[in-house]
Amino acid sequence: MLPPRQRLHYPTFQGCCILAITPVFISSSESWQSSLFISTHVNIFIKKWESNTPPVIGAEPRAFKAAVLIQRWYRRYMARLEMRRQCTWSIFQSMEYAGQQDQVKLHDFFSYLVDHFTPSSHSERDFLNRMFTEERVPRDSEVEKCSDYESIEVPDNYTGPHLSFPLLPDHATALVEAFRLKQQLHARYVLNLLHETRKHLVQLPNISRVSTCYSEEITVCERAYVFNGDFVDRGKDSVEILMVLFAFMLVYPKEFHLNRGNHEDHMVNLRYGFTTEVMQKYKTHGKKILQRLQDVFCWLPLATLVDEKVLILHGGVSDMTDLELLSKLDRHKIVSTLRCKTRKEKEKQAEEKGKAKQTSSAGSLSPWFLPQSRSLPSSPLHLSSHKTHKTGRSSSVPSSILLDPRGLSRQARRSVDLELERCRQQAGFPVIKEKEEPWVFNPEADSAAGDLLEPSQEEWRQVVDILWSDPMAQEGCKANTVRGGGCYFGPNVTKRLLQKYDLQLLIRSHECKPEGYEFCHSRKVLTIFSASNYYAVGSNRGAYVKLGPALTPHIVQYQANKATHMLTMRQRQDFPMSDFRKAELWISRVEESALRALRGKLFAHSSDLLEEFKKRDNGNTGLITLSDWAAAVESVLHLGLPWRMLRPQLVNSSTGNMLEYKSWLEDLAKEQLSHENIQSSLLETLYRNRSNLETIFRIIDSDHSGFISLDEFRQTWKLFSSHMKMDITDDGICDLARSIDFNKDGHIDINEFLEAVRLVEQSCSEGNASDCPQASNAKGSGSWPPTEDSLVSVTQVAS
Amino acid sequence: MNLDNTTSPNQGGCTAKGMLQGQFVICECLFQSWRQHGRTAGHPSKSALPPSISQLLIFELVVADLQRKIREAFEVFDHELNNTVDVREIGTIIRSLGCCPNEGELHDLIAEVEEEEPTGYIRFEKFLPVMTNILVEKRYRPIPEEILLQAFEVLDPTKRGFLSKEELIKYMTEEGEPFSQEEMEEMLSAAIGPESNFIHYRDYITMMVIDEN
Repeated sequence: MLPPRQRLHYPTFQGCCILAITPVFISSSESWQSSLFISTHVNIFIKKWESNTPPVIGAEPRAFKAAVLIQRWYRRYMARLEMRRQCTWSIFQSMEYAGQQDQVKLHDFFSYLVDHFTPSSHSERDFLNRMFTEERVPRDSEVEKCSDYESIEVPDNYTGPHLSFPLLPDHATALVEAFRLKQQLHARYVLNLLHETRKHLVQLPNISRVSTCYSEEITVCERAYVFNGDFVDRGKDSVEILMVLFAFMLVYPKEFHLNRGNHEDHMVNLRYGFTTEVMQKYKTHGKKILQRLQDVFCWLPLATLVDEKVLILHGGVSDMTDLELLSKLDRHKIVSTLRCKTRKEKEKQAEEKGKAKQTSSAGSLSPWFLPQSRSLPSSPLHLSSHKTHKTGRSSSVPSSILLDPRGLSRQARRSVDLELERCRQQAGFPVIKEKEEPWVFNPEADSAAGDLLEPSQEEWRQVVDILWSDPMAQEGCKANTVRGGGCYFGPNVTKRLLQKYDLQLLIRSHECKPEGYEFCHSRKVLTIFSASNYYAVGSNRGAYVKLGPALTPHIVQYQANKATHMLTMRQRQDFPMSDFRKAELWISRVEESALRALRGKLFAHSSDLLEEFKKRDNGNTGLITLSDWAAAVESVLHLGLPWRMLRPQLVNSSTGNMLEYKSWLEDLAKEQLSHENIQSSLLETLYRNRSNLETIFRIIDSDHSGFISLDEFRQTWKLFSSHMKMDITDDGICDLARSIDFNKDGHIDINEFLEAVRLVEQSCSEGNASDCPQASNAKGSGSWPPTEDSLVSVTQVAS
Repeated sequence: MNLDNTTSPNQGGCTAKGMLQGQFVICECLFQSWRQHGRTAGHPSKSALPPSISQLLIFELVVADLQRKIREAFEVFDHELNNTVDVREIGTIIRSLGCCPNEGELHDLIAEVEEEEPTGYIRFEKFLPVMTNILVEKRYRPIPEEILLQAFEVLDPTKRGFLSKEELIKYMTEEGEPFSQEEMEEMLSAAIGPESNFIHYRDYITMMVIDEN
């Protein structure tokens, strides 16, 4: 259990206590204080003290002084611990957000592709087509017809849980037990469960209504549960969690409520690991399961309203949030909050085609899977005309076009060709001959039929806002550049919304909090985060909230207590440790996770860092000051971290005030690299871009087999490196590809590739390798722990 | 202290190995001479020499560095990103910058950096100059281990080598600048094993030593 945060009790009874004593000492205070400064020798000043003061309250003046010293020292120690805790937290947070910004870089990369790349062969064209073509999502009617789970046989030797419908409470509890025993649910049952879940969800409104009040006949209502989104993408058991949630929802349909989170989204899942998890657990039927899940996610309700007074949703709100609109829209149309094909956009697209502008056609086209960046000035995707928002909201209207090469009229194709031609000429590429079939990058033409399937711009934005926004302390509402979606909303936005709809509280999740919960906006907004040990073991508590009779929130906190598990047997035997000591070890451990991740990031930017260091090394001495080190690091990484505070733990090789930066970088590299045969600079680049690369690979790997061909790898890497302006020869790429193809079968296992560039798993050496996923991302980039053991300690916090 | 590493008689006998390496040593000497000069500004009869321009420049650099450190520590607790921190975090910030004031001194410091009408928040603009002085003057230095040991020994006059739980509680909550109940519990949980009733203070000190940088 982490010690409670150190608080200076000010002003308090202690203050009074001191005041009560002080007057007696006034006459000698000067000499006392000066002795304290000049000499810290207890004996000396005690002597001085004794000679100057009359008898005092308390029998032992020396005891008094000694106590002060001890207390003073102890308080300093606690303050340092608190500071370390805060710094560790900052590291994790800033890195998580930096990871989200990676999405944006990916976006830029593909825009660059569209702008500048000309496929020069059929295979390249096909390859690119695969990148830019979305798999069709089965329409509703198709899905209903497919009760294809029935055709799946469950083998006799299957030892996992069986499900039959309609589900009974016993089935649900048996399911939980089975998962606890690490069994896996058979694909047939998974699909069956998803089928039934979908049937149930379809009947629900966008905003579920829950009532806590008594009904006339029954004295007490059943307890209702609301789960506020983000059920997947973190940890290795997302499938199981979903199954449990859906099962209980089917068993207790009136009491169990699920809200959609931003991770209930197949695009996000591609990046954050859920897709991988499903494919690994369900090799044969994984794809089907993913398809069904995509559908089920779209049918999850968007919010829950309790007694018409408390609004529960995943992210937050914006100054444009319109609950009526949200209730009315067809939520199923919002397939992914990352990307949306919208009606208005296509109309405008048709207009622009006609005008055949000089600007690159890429300005209005973009691959279907890219995240929406709302207000990044660097984003090339800037529409010329869009709705203007209130001042203070600096977002540009995002847009996207679904790309489908089928069904495009010849005329439209021709005009696109002309555009591409112009671009090629601008970029200095050789003109493609007319005879060859041009590679086109086509917007969908049959808008008429498509309209009914698509949400409007406004509808889509409303949903993005409630799933992605975060509260901020400042007034106003501005685009959430960190996440790339939704906005930051201030206290005035909250106030206005609550007033408008006569609400008293907004409960949301979406952000990890050290205590598992946090109030803000004058207690009008409550953030609840239920995954304890989210960043690393011991990093934070989890919490849930109970709404009492007057809808007052009661918070219950917990932390999966791994103290005894963390320590080795020997440690446990040799020193019986106090809770505090264990907590201290935890802080050190969590801190070590954070620092390891940070070192990895530093390594990934070695060349940039070297450049910055050289700039600050005027005499070419090979040395820079520690202050310069801090400034250089911040200018490269942009993490906004307290580098001077962290410096002692990141740099142990400085002498005096100076650092030999080259050897420091070398030491970093030695720590990180495990494969000497891959050139370190290439590796560094690969590592830095690994999460984007992984996403690209997974998109290319459209059958989710986990493999891509050497050719595909080479092509991807070639494109990527030209965008990043890296100087890598074809030979270099070939060598790299071959060295990664460990079994020499012409295919690269994506996971093997990531293995080759990930950080060396250091001493999570007490064998708990899985506890430090930030350092070892074997299962996909960005996947955090959390491994929840049985909850041990639960504390009640009345609010 | 002169740049050619010689010292003038009235500036104390400090030397530095290299200009940048000895930054903090210079700082200390400079500051002493500067303070002498500043303090005696009204007394021209005092013979302190003002520091040279280059010395002052180095001093400036050093101070700038200190200020960056202060800013970093402050920003860790500036949760609302508006250059203010909760007054209750000031103690943590000051202590993590290497200082070890007692509660009374902290109380005074807070009074110095607070607004006239206390708002519960401390602004960076008020905090920075005060903290800079503290660091430059090296006030509130931490207690060396030996002194701490002696302090415990004062409380253990028969030199048993330990204190009982009751004794520790009594001293920490009734003497000096008493602990709150929370602090007392924390300290106990750090000091003693779950079964024990005695605090072997030597071990305790060793366990809780802060690595000074």
